[in-house]
Amino acid sequence: MSLFDYTLKELQEKLHNKEITVTDLVDASYARIKEVDDEVKAFLTLDEENARAAAKELDEQGGDNPLFGIPIGIKDNIVTKGLRTTCASKFLDNFTDPLYDATVVSKLKDKKTVTIGKLNMDEFAMGSSNENSAYFTTRNPWNTDYVPGGSSGASAAAVAAGEVFFSLGSDTGGSIREPAAFCGVVGLKPTYGLVSRFGLVAFASSLDQIGPMTRTVEDNAHLLQAIVGHDEMDSTSADVEIPNYTEALKQDVKGLRIAVPSEYLGEGVSDEVRESIKAALKVYEDLGATWEEVSLPHSRYAVAAYYLLSSSEASANLARFDGVRYGVRSTEAENMVDVFKYSRRDGFGEEVKRRIMLGTFALSSGYYDAYYKKAQKARTLIKNDFDKVFEDYDVIVGPTTPTPAFKVGEKVEDPLTMYATDILTIPVNLAGVPGISLPCGFSSEGLPIGLQIIGKHFDEATIYRAAHAFEQATDHHKQKPALGGVKG
Amino acid sequence: MSEITKEQVLHVAHLARLAITDEEAEKMTKELDAIIGYAELLNELDTDNVEPTTHVLDLKNVMREDEARKWIDREDALKNAPDQKNGQFRVPSILD
Repeated sequence: MSLFDYTLKELQEKLHNKEITVTDLVDASYARIKEVDDEVKAFLTLDEENARAAAKELDEQGGDNPLFGIPIGIKDNIVTKGLRTTCASKFLDNFTDPLYDATVVSKLKDKKTVTIGKLNMDEFAMGSSNENSAYFTTRNPWNTDYVPGGSSGASAAAVAAGEVFFSLGSDTGGSIREPAAFCGVVGLKPTYGLVSRFGLVAFASSLDQIGPMTRTVEDNAHLLQAIVGHDEMDSTSADVEIPNYTEALKQDVKGLRIAVPSEYLGEGVSDEVRESIKAALKVYEDLGATWEEVSLPHSRYAVAAYYLLSSSEASANLARFDGVRYGVRSTEAENMVDVFKYSRRDGFGEEVKRRIMLGTFALSSGYYDAYYKKAQKARTLIKNDFDKVFEDYDVIVGPTTPTPAFKVGEKVEDPLTMYATDILTIPVNLAGVPGISLPCGFSSEGLPIGLQIIGKHFDEATIYRAAHAFEQATDHHKQKPALGGVKG
Repeated sequence: MSEITKEQVLHVAHLARLAITDEEAEKMTKELDAIIGYAELLNELDTDNVEPTTHVLDLKNVMREDEARKWIDREDALKNAPDQKNGQFRVPSILD
């Protein structure tokens, strides 16, 4: 049994009783990385020397909070002071010395977690499979022929593989939940505005959220608790009262009203996924919750609206990559405009260019109303669908993805097929509501299946309560991938 | 409705400050045409009386006193720059 098979609570007890040290935890993390990361390929950058020094210091200081001394991996679009941050892009290949920590990173440092390294992703968080990384493709720990999902694929894979205890990802259209589903871990996309985006390299500012990825629901609640809160450095961060998320886990789900959108179990959803969700609903019935089928009638427009909106925002956000202040500059250019054009040509990968082009087109003169504004109006209709359902129900439950993980290379040639992977997660970002994915079964090929639970704005507590009740009634989360020759 | 042309793609690439080859322009024309074609699904929706959503939360302008604050010093600001001289970012001449 590995140290990371314990829960946070158990680890804190062991630390407190001096059965283990923070150094042991950090050693376990790097040992596991050495053992399996050749296969999983989760890490872009390791911070071994600093992590070991930090562990030593923490062992001397001591401390007691639920996250004290716990090894964590950070998605590489979250800025870490002095630690290379590339967004898995060649453009930032030489960005080795970032000037500040993202707010979430500062908050975790306050809690004395230990940063093990930076995790691979789809370049600038654009992708659903990790195949858009400019460096290498992270693999699914359950079967390395398969993708781990994306864009936070390595954040999910590293947790599933036991390389770090937990990780941070970011989610713009499903980038935490989809890889969590594919890798069999727990991943939450918080309500838009709950977690500060300061220091998260912006992809689509009206949709992006940072969130926790863990093995269990309880650990997820602990990690969320540490990173939430209003931040004056992010003017879109919400000033709301923060509940105690772990307290919420103590409550059962008797009388919980669950809505199941018919659109989420319809066409395109595989039989195995549908059966797993039905089995999950049976578990909820047995626990005393009730469920009814509902409709989110504008679901089918979400992917189209999302690609127009997110690409438009991306085209504006990525204008900052100009080869002047940081990043790679083309040596070919002889005038200023060519510095921009050639640096961007050399620095950006194919998918990033495709989205910048789509977004620039949608925002360009003569097309703005027909595409960008139309998509914003579709977004209103999608958001209204959710508002209406939440008048009568506490949570919405369905699959996270229509199918389990697909094979590396299977969808890479066809952008539209790849985009459809996120059909069940995108509406959640458009509506700004929170959603979690947690394991609810396995396919006949042994790949994890994810259950998605969606809640009202700022009602993460009810999501956790529902997720925890299901998790405790099942044992899917106790399964571990066989890697490095032995199980876990 | 949409039939994206190669000329449009080249124009958009210029707006986006992306150098693309002729070959890339042709590939991108096909891809963008397919994606925009798909996005026209939205035309099924009657949105005449629908307000656009830019942000899901009720956001207000956040104001603060206009005071200088210590952030990063010049040396730090320049340390990740591809080229610099005399404490400034250095770029090729803008005017010919």
